[in-house]
Amino acid sequence: MFVYASALIFMESGGTSIMHDVAIIGCGVIGAAAAFELSKYKLDIVILEKENDVAMGASRANSAIIHAGYDPKPGTLMARLNVEGNRMAGELCKALNVPFNRVGSLVLAFSDAEMLTVWELYDRGVANGVPGLEVLMADQVRKMEPEVSDQVVGALYAPSAGIISPWDYALAFAETAVVNGAKLCLNTRVTGIEKRDGGYHIKTNRGEYDAQYIVNAAGVESGLVHEMVAEKTFTIMPNRGEYYLMDKCEVVRADHVLFQCPNKDGKGVLVAPTVGGNLIVGPNAEAVSEPERVNNTAAGMNFVREKALKSVPTINFRNSIRNFAGIRANSDKDEFQIGIAAENFIDLAGIKSPGLSSAPAIALYAAELLKECGMNAPKKENPVTTREKLRFRNLNDEQKREAIRKNPLYGRVICRCETITEGEIVDAIHSPITPCSLDGIKRRAGTGMGRCQGGFCGPRVLDILSRELHKNPMEILQDGEGSQLLLSETKQEVAK
Amino acid sequence: MLYDLIVVGGGPAGLAAANSAYQKGLKNILIVERDKELGGILNQCIHNGFGLHRFKEELTGPEYANRFIQMLSDTNVEVMLDTMVLEINKEHEVHVISAAKGYQVLKAKTIVLSMGCRERTRGAIAIPGDRPAGIFTAGSAQRYLNMEGYMVGKRVVILGSGDIGLIMARRMTLEGAKVLACVELMPYSGGLMRNIVQCLNDWDIPLYLSHTITNIIAKNGRVSHVTVSALDERRNPILGSEMEFDCDTVLLSVGLIPENELTRAAGIQMDPRTSGAVVYENMETSVPGIFACGNVVHVHDLVDYVSAESERAGAAAADFVLSGQPEADAVQIVNGADIGYTVPQKIRISRVAKFADVFFRVRRVFKDSVIEISAGDTLLTSFKREHMAPGEMEHILLTKAVLDKAQGRDITVTAKEA
Repeated sequence: MFVYASALIFMESGGTSIMHDVAIIGCGVIGAAAAFELSKYKLDIVILEKENDVAMGASRANSAIIHAGYDPKPGTLMARLNVEGNRMAGELCKALNVPFNRVGSLVLAFSDAEMLTVWELYDRGVANGVPGLEVLMADQVRKMEPEVSDQVVGALYAPSAGIISPWDYALAFAETAVVNGAKLCLNTRVTGIEKRDGGYHIKTNRGEYDAQYIVNAAGVESGLVHEMVAEKTFTIMPNRGEYYLMDKCEVVRADHVLFQCPNKDGKGVLVAPTVGGNLIVGPNAEAVSEPERVNNTAAGMNFVREKALKSVPTINFRNSIRNFAGIRANSDKDEFQIGIAAENFIDLAGIKSPGLSSAPAIALYAAELLKECGMNAPKKENPVTTREKLRFRNLNDEQKREAIRKNPLYGRVICRCETITEGEIVDAIHSPITPCSLDGIKRRAGTGMGRCQGGFCGPRVLDILSRELHKNPMEILQDGEGSQLLLSETKQEVAK
Repeated sequence: MLYDLIVVGGGPAGLAAANSAYQKGLKNILIVERDKELGGILNQCIHNGFGLHRFKEELTGPEYANRFIQMLSDTNVEVMLDTMVLEINKEHEVHVISAAKGYQVLKAKTIVLSMGCRERTRGAIAIPGDRPAGIFTAGSAQRYLNMEGYMVGKRVVILGSGDIGLIMARRMTLEGAKVLACVELMPYSGGLMRNIVQCLNDWDIPLYLSHTITNIIAKNGRVSHVTVSALDERRNPILGSEMEFDCDTVLLSVGLIPENELTRAAGIQMDPRTSGAVVYENMETSVPGIFACGNVVHVHDLVDYVSAESERAGAAAADFVLSGQPEADAVQIVNGADIGYTVPQKIRISRVAKFADVFFRVRRVFKDSVIEISAGDTLLTSFKREHMAPGEMEHILLTKAVLDKAQGRDITVTAKEA
């Protein structure tokens, strides 16, 4: 069995387990945001994550949108936390150095009936406290978005909607929490929880943990974790969404997030720019039985293409650079399942869209709920709430010169499509949460995000990872457990 | 420092262009190469078959590259390795960075673009299924195998019958892997006939034409099997034709795309058919003094032709510096029936000394065919071909006399059965 460096450092010794104040189960964007918020308090925090990196579930494959907050019904937690999370995103992303851009969104209407929906959304948005909403007529829409379909009769404009790097949002929270002293245990799957005096005893595939409080942020598995301590009150119904990511040349198709009117399956297929400068198109919505299976299907991709062309007929799908799919941790309830589920145990569960948008507000709420449970730790005097990250391609010429002068590795471009330097890759490897895979580097540094999809830089990133981590190249993973890229050295068969 | 010529990319195209510019009298030449050595993709092409036209012998990729590197070793052509070009502009400025020298802005009288091409990926063709480890472009697998010394798989299915995929079918077999199938979407191969014979047939690897991969299934993070389906005439999978292959690896050889991000950013006119720059008879682009050659202009089948084309580009760059070029009118080369593209796209007939080289690819397979060159209703000349296929580049020479017969009208290239 292979053991990762970062996990090893924080691994508990088998039988004798120390008491933590808080155990957070799951380190997607919700668990990470909660960890970040709680790490501002004088608390001993342990985060248990079953995958080999953070943000490995819904957080890494979604529409990458910070929604304005006109969708959820007024009075719901979703409505309150979405609008609050949206409001928080600007400052947070600046402080934590997360790519975020408040480009605004349009909900396109293609008929008079859909214009009624647009007005309904407008009213809901106003009730929810969404700032700046406007209902636009067709000519105003086309002025803002010249490539939209001429079938568009109007739209709801929400200037506060934004686009974000979802995995970097989660990473920023998790890394900063770790810097503040939270312990992150990767490859650690919770298998059972027992109530004991003064807290909980948690069994995992890698030793046992004791904690006074538990925060359940286990995403698609949050139902299972809930049922380890409480009666079943909701059922997670995993729902898959498929996407196209388009070459940068297609980003001209949309300056805003372009939605269609929502229907029973969700917010429908959107067309939007990404913070990386690409165009994202999707998703469909399909209930699936395997919560971990994020495969693409011909039917799903066809559906997405067809629907997207309804909004923007000029999208050229020959410029697709990647298809992907993500799983939403929907539940059978049309509401986040957030609350005190048992003594000293809170659920942050059933987090469907707008979960990413709500994440920092959910984290604040989680801290309040823990206080309700009796948590009374004071705040730290100077918790870290900022994160530095050098992104070479965003520097101006003079800054580039200076960066290379300080560290010549910034002068060696490894990912030619995205202009990612060896310096940034080495930074990523030695960041607070050590990546062990090419995709881990991709999420941190951006290598392989471009049009060649890592065809050129993959072997070089693998080489740098193996060098910096002192690992055999054959141990380096593409992504999760079992995803080794290289199977043997050459000449093995010939030698036989 | 003002260079006579900066060559962007030190692969076969850049090497030949620099060498020929030097032979024509340019003394102040710089090659900028992002890798740690010259030679480009040839360095990982350790199979033989290079140089049959050019040197009348069979060389490996590194040997072929080395011939040109040797020619340069006797010159004062400067080489910057491990150096990336970030930007080129119409003022002939070249922004480069390297770990050794930092950020520099270089200036040149002329520039030759020779950045080569990249492979199309899974995302470009939307293959359904899981996204585990074990799916590689044929070129990255070739790099892992031939340069890093690792096997990426033991049981392999290859999608696409491009030349790199075919070469890798043989190479993986030689290293002990079992190549189960080569699957091609089109009813004909995308690669050279000699590679079909030497890399598939000789090793009993089946080639499934008009088939594609319709599902990839993963187990524990790695490819576990793939579904291959036959396609109908409209390229839709035929229900019931599915075959399952138990494999750990899928190699993709589904086409190459010229790498022209620098070209586009410089505002140079592009041709959507080639995904390369529009060029004149001497490989000059729409920006005076900026030339392009090799796979960055159009994807070649043989490196020998890359060298020849790049030598013309290098010579023209030398001409540009040493004698300057008067303005001249150009005619378009128009694609007739079943012609995918032509390079050059434009000819300045007054600048043609003896003849103009024209390269093109046909859109379908032809037997006993004829290539007709016409201007308006006038048939200027024709060429007979026993066999033409999209996987093979066609080359014709249009003499000055033929070009003059066009009398300034656009020239149309057409392919038809004889």
